[in-house]
Amino acid sequence: MTKIKSLADLKKKKEDLQSKIALREKSDTPEGRVIVKVAMATCGIASGSKEVMEYMVDELDKRNIDAIVTQTGCMGYCYAEPTLEVNLPGHDPVVYGYVDKKKADEIIEKYIKNQELVDGIIPVNYQTIEKDKEE
Amino acid sequence: MAKFNMHMLVCGGTGCRASASNMLYENLKKELKEQGLQDEVQVVETGCFGFCEKGPIVKVIPDNTFYVSVTPEDAKEIVAEHAVKGRQVKRLLYVDPVNKKQISDSKGMGFYKKQIRIALRNCGLIDPESIDEYLASDGYEALGKVLAEMTPEEAIQVMIDSGLRGRGGGGFPTGVKWQIASKVDGTQKYVVCNADEGDPGAFMDRSILEGDPHTVIEAMVINGYCIGATKGLIYIRAEYPLAIERLKIALEQAREYGLLGTDILSSGFDFDIEIRYGAGAFVCGEETALIHSMEGERGEPTFKPPFPAQSGYLGMPTNVNNVETFANIPVIYNKGAKWFSSIGTEKSKGTKVFALAGKINNVGLIEVPMGITLREVIFEIGGGIKDGKKFRSVQTGGPSGGCLTEKHLDTPIDFDNLLAVGSMMGSGGMIVMDEDDCMVSVAKFYLEFTVEESCGKCSPCRVGNKRLHELLEKITQGKAEKEDLDNLRNLSMVIRDTSLCGLGQTSPNPVLSTMDNFMEEYQSHVEEQRCPAGSCKELIRYEIIPENCVGCTACARNCPVNCIEGERKQLHTIDQSLCIKCGACLEKCKFNAVAIV
Repeated sequence: MTKIKSLADLKKKKEDLQSKIALREKSDTPEGRVIVKVAMATCGIASGSKEVMEYMVDELDKRNIDAIVTQTGCMGYCYAEPTLEVNLPGHDPVVYGYVDKKKADEIIEKYIKNQELVDGIIPVNYQTIEKDKEE
Repeated sequence: MAKFNMHMLVCGGTGCRASASNMLYENLKKELKEQGLQDEVQVVETGCFGFCEKGPIVKVIPDNTFYVSVTPEDAKEIVAEHAVKGRQVKRLLYVDPVNKKQISDSKGMGFYKKQIRIALRNCGLIDPESIDEYLASDGYEALGKVLAEMTPEEAIQVMIDSGLRGRGGGGFPTGVKWQIASKVDGTQKYVVCNADEGDPGAFMDRSILEGDPHTVIEAMVINGYCIGATKGLIYIRAEYPLAIERLKIALEQAREYGLLGTDILSSGFDFDIEIRYGAGAFVCGEETALIHSMEGERGEPTFKPPFPAQSGYLGMPTNVNNVETFANIPVIYNKGAKWFSSIGTEKSKGTKVFALAGKINNVGLIEVPMGITLREVIFEIGGGIKDGKKFRSVQTGGPSGGCLTEKHLDTPIDFDNLLAVGSMMGSGGMIVMDEDDCMVSVAKFYLEFTVEESCGKCSPCRVGNKRLHELLEKITQGKAEKEDLDNLRNLSMVIRDTSLCGLGQTSPNPVLSTMDNFMEEYQSHVEEQRCPAGSCKELIRYEIIPENCVGCTACARNCPVNCIEGERKQLHTIDQSLCIKCGACLEKCKFNAVAIV
């Protein structure tokens, strides 16, 4: 891995990474991929998120869906663990709670394949900050 | 194949269900079917919107219409107007409480402002094991900016201007702390991250380390540059294995990118971080005890001054900050001190992460601006009390904090207000209690914890808390005399005033605050030998109400000690001498024939 040597280097690296992610997440074109983020903090793992993540990886592969399954930290919805977020190309991210294998199957079949929402969505109820903008 | 072009999200949170949101859900489906729209409009049940006060909620997408207080009868109109004709049902729209205007697009709604994620900005969004995802979310940009464009003095000034105060519990201004450490001379200075999270029920530091470890690393490097330290130490409890693993990965990645090590970003500044493990002692969250533990000594506090800034780790100037404090810092440099200080109250800036737990519907991690009220946190974001029970009390600040009551619900939460009402911010545990919780037992629970965790160095804490616990034990057993209540208060004051460190000085808070707010409950234990909440085992009896008992034998079959007599279809009786008061009979009886007296 090459070292980052200056602030300019850092900014360039960020832009590269961001454009890669944007290509992956936002485009509606075939290269836009489904991204599934599973909340894998201690609380999530204790409620079975590891099994759900493995299931997602295996099943998406078996069903020939080109998707990226990644782990992330605690989303804060401890009452509804395991939780996961699905990003479909061209759609806003959707968070699902109480995901077991059955629910995961439903999410793949209905939401990922057909963009049909599934019961158990957790609505976003917080504000995000626009990170790099000085106000 | 159905191709939906409109979705109706119906809140299925506990609060909304209590006001018939499930019937509303069914009605919407039925109405859509009648209109032949079942393949165009999909009805979906969701989790809690955090807006239970105005429930049930229906959100229609893609147009983001937000309907509030919707009854099952409104389904017809919503479908006929909104789904068929594309017109919003104006009377169900949310009305902004300030300007009294109806809000048609929920993106502009004020209630989203109840939670702002600053410290948790990346938690649940990025992969914590990928430095690239952190970099893409503006990671290490604050560090780059500070190293390239600011002198240490200027960078410290930003912290001072931001008004950030320590999130570990004390609330000391972070910038001032850095300034003091920067002015002390030392051959080697240290930056320490306190990740010894010990309050029962608090887990925000763990979540930050597990969800966004790089933010802590970045802030520690900035801290090092500001005070002239080249070494950082993270003191973390060994019982957080996942946080440790992710931290290790993050440290390795930062080194590979040259964001830790020598000559960081060609600035000539060197900094590296090591991890130190704690064995999980509560007192080691106190900074002097933490430092001794890292030095290999017993984890015991020492008197301040000297403060760690003067003589800390290995006698060198040391700055200790908590995980959540660090997590705020990169954002402050990216967005400016002015932005940060525009959030919060006059003396407490920014946000605070709370771990909501106890008898509350939406147990979880929330981040709210300082100044929000307990009512908003508990009844809106938290979704209210479980099983529709009555709110009794909320405990903040862990074993050092206090129990607040109904009358404090509208107090804006910040460091100073919580202290003024006899509790404290603490690290952010918030435990909600309902009518079934006995407040004397709650105080006893926290005392038990303090007695366990007292390091034993000073006698007020070692002996005093033990005696305090015995007094509480007597009260919950109904064996206390009237003067015991005076003794309880007096002893609490002595412990508070004479203990060596923060652990002892604050340990009587749960007792004092419950005495202040729930005196009548103490009195009924002492004077009438009665526990109003029905939870102190020695003071309650389970009895069978003859009029209601049908003789089904359910209680007798489930009694673990076989102390219930009675034939089928005959009245049952409980042998009080054998009863262990487990409550199994009460739980199993379907005829309300078992009562606590």
